[in-house]
Amino acid sequence: MPTPNRLSSVFAKPHPALVCFITAGDGDTAANLDALVEGGADVIELGMPFTDPMADGPAIQAANIRSLAAGTTTHDVFAIAFEFRERHKSVPLVLMGYANPMIRRGPEWFGSQCAAAGVDGVICVDIPPEEDEALGPMLREFGIAPIRLATPTTDAKRLPKVLEGSGGFLYYVSVAGITGKQQAAQTSIEEAVARLRSATDLPIAVGFGVRTPEQAGEIAKVADGVVVGSALVELVGEHGSGAPSKLREYTAGLAKAVHSAAKAPSKEG
Amino acid sequence: MSSNPNSFRNQPDERGHFGDYGGRYVAETLMPLVLDLEREYRKAQADPEFQREFDDLLEHYVGRPSPLYFAERLTDAIGGAQVWFKRDELNHTGAHKINNCIGQILLAIRMGKTRIIAETGAGQHGVATATVCARFGLPCVVYMGAEDVRRQSPNVFRMKLLGAEVVPVTSGRGTLKDAMNEGLRDWVANVHDTFYIIGTAAGPHPYPELVRDFQSVIGKEARAQMQDRIGRLPDLLVAAIGGGSNALGLFHPFLDDPDVKMLGVEAAGHGLDGDEHAASLLGGFPGVLHGNKTYLLQDDDGQITEGHSISAGLDYPGIGPEHAWLKDNGRVEYTAITDEEALEAFQLLCRTEGIIPALEPSHAIAAVQKRAKEMPKDSVILANLCGRGDKDIFTVAERLGVEM
Repeated sequence: MPTPNRLSSVFAKPHPALVCFITAGDGDTAANLDALVEGGADVIELGMPFTDPMADGPAIQAANIRSLAAGTTTHDVFAIAFEFRERHKSVPLVLMGYANPMIRRGPEWFGSQCAAAGVDGVICVDIPPEEDEALGPMLREFGIAPIRLATPTTDAKRLPKVLEGSGGFLYYVSVAGITGKQQAAQTSIEEAVARLRSATDLPIAVGFGVRTPEQAGEIAKVADGVVVGSALVELVGEHGSGAPSKLREYTAGLAKAVHSAAKAPSKEG
Repeated sequence: MSSNPNSFRNQPDERGHFGDYGGRYVAETLMPLVLDLEREYRKAQADPEFQREFDDLLEHYVGRPSPLYFAERLTDAIGGAQVWFKRDELNHTGAHKINNCIGQILLAIRMGKTRIIAETGAGQHGVATATVCARFGLPCVVYMGAEDVRRQSPNVFRMKLLGAEVVPVTSGRGTLKDAMNEGLRDWVANVHDTFYIIGTAAGPHPYPELVRDFQSVIGKEARAQMQDRIGRLPDLLVAAIGGGSNALGLFHPFLDDPDVKMLGVEAAGHGLDGDEHAASLLGGFPGVLHGNKTYLLQDDDGQITEGHSISAGLDYPGIGPEHAWLKDNGRVEYTAITDEEALEAFQLLCRTEGIIPALEPSHAIAAVQKRAKEMPKDSVILANLCGRGDKDIFTVAERLGVEM
């Protein structure tokens, strides 16, 4: 039985979790993060800006460009995380990004910074299990959950490899594609989540292409968590310093839909 | 990394690593595809029919073998070692790029893929891909940075004539790396029917290996031609490096010949002391981009910086992972040539040999000039003339202050 931590505590709640993504350094990130929490986000996914966000669609690409143009550094990202942790002791914070900024100063440096900043997990888009040693061992060493992605192309044969050494939750990328574009059919999500559940005890969060409270609510009926990113990032881009109130309002709508969905039965139940 | 490999020609390992470099750093959505591609490539390697079809197309469609040419007047003008050229600029479409495209489209067809995508910088790889797509009747989408679309308009028109759709990429600075990002985004969204023809010996495993293998026809021919013409191997091989496929194609078959030295030539742009160059090996650090670990132009935070070179084909912030490995173990020496030096070499070859080279091999020729002077007259340098210069005459005219 693993010791309870911020992530496992959130997924132990009686309702599904709302996971909210924004890009660090894009606008007043501290105020925006507070707004997400106030709106009802259960988990924060903080994007590390990168010059070459290959898996992202136009909305998050633009957020990366805005953040880097504003001069955001890796130190800034960790400062944002550290200060968030000071203000919010129990809300899990997960970093999401690409390999190169994470390994630039070595995986040990990155793992230690995550631990010092109170980061709970790391999602690295372009380190598949085959290249785990580039970062995974150091994350585990520092008690940071390496959160892996499963996709519509991850077949049953490959799934155990994806799960091996992963932690926190399993992030199901519901469409073969980039962030913020097309949305998956509800039936395909249901089938996929059922398939994943039979292979793991990790909570399953579903993301990519989830924009509205209606969609989020539907997905929350079958998943343990729902990830929303591009829709929030667009609000940050549109409203600048006025973003927090918009984010709070939008997140509240998402949270209401997600939290009111019946918790999916566990596989024993 | 093993410090004393028994052979320099047995890379990569089964995980696609060249020592510390290479690998498969891709999003999970693509991972099953690259594993599938590897399986299919292994089967193709073992299939004599695949090799026969590849050889047949290279001979009758591309025009191989390309000539081995002794550049007598250039040799006299430099005054040192004999300079020989492998004439890959005489291939159909005017560069070495087509060798790889023939191999990859045959793989795509084997795998039942019905749509081809590619990225291109200068447009040579885009033209070569559009060419093989026309030849085999497959739809083709080429991603090209908006800035490169502007700089290389003749190649854009060529691709369109060949039936390809050219998509200008405006993200980032609109050059080759952004085109590759967009290619990967397309691929991840069209995994079921699409084959991505990568243009250089980089990207996730098995691309660096298979591109090298398809391009190795250059070195295999050159090796036999040298033996035939002068009864021995050359003393020094020289090739320009952007991603590095023409250089690996020439070098790889010679890697285990200890008396053959090798020199890879990166683009120094305005000089290695500033930021305006594209020399990933000499001016970069190891990191991860576009599916592989290799030397990259990047800042302290791992953000990728933009390369600069007068040659759009060398203007890429990364390098094939096998070159990273060959640099670290010292088997290949790497140097860099500035825009100015390349321009001078370009003109020298035009006037001494009646050959208009592309700006990419002009970098190699400039390096040959420097080395040949220091070598005895009975020594032999073989350089890869990997592309012809028709596409570059506008750039050169502009730099020379000539109105066209």
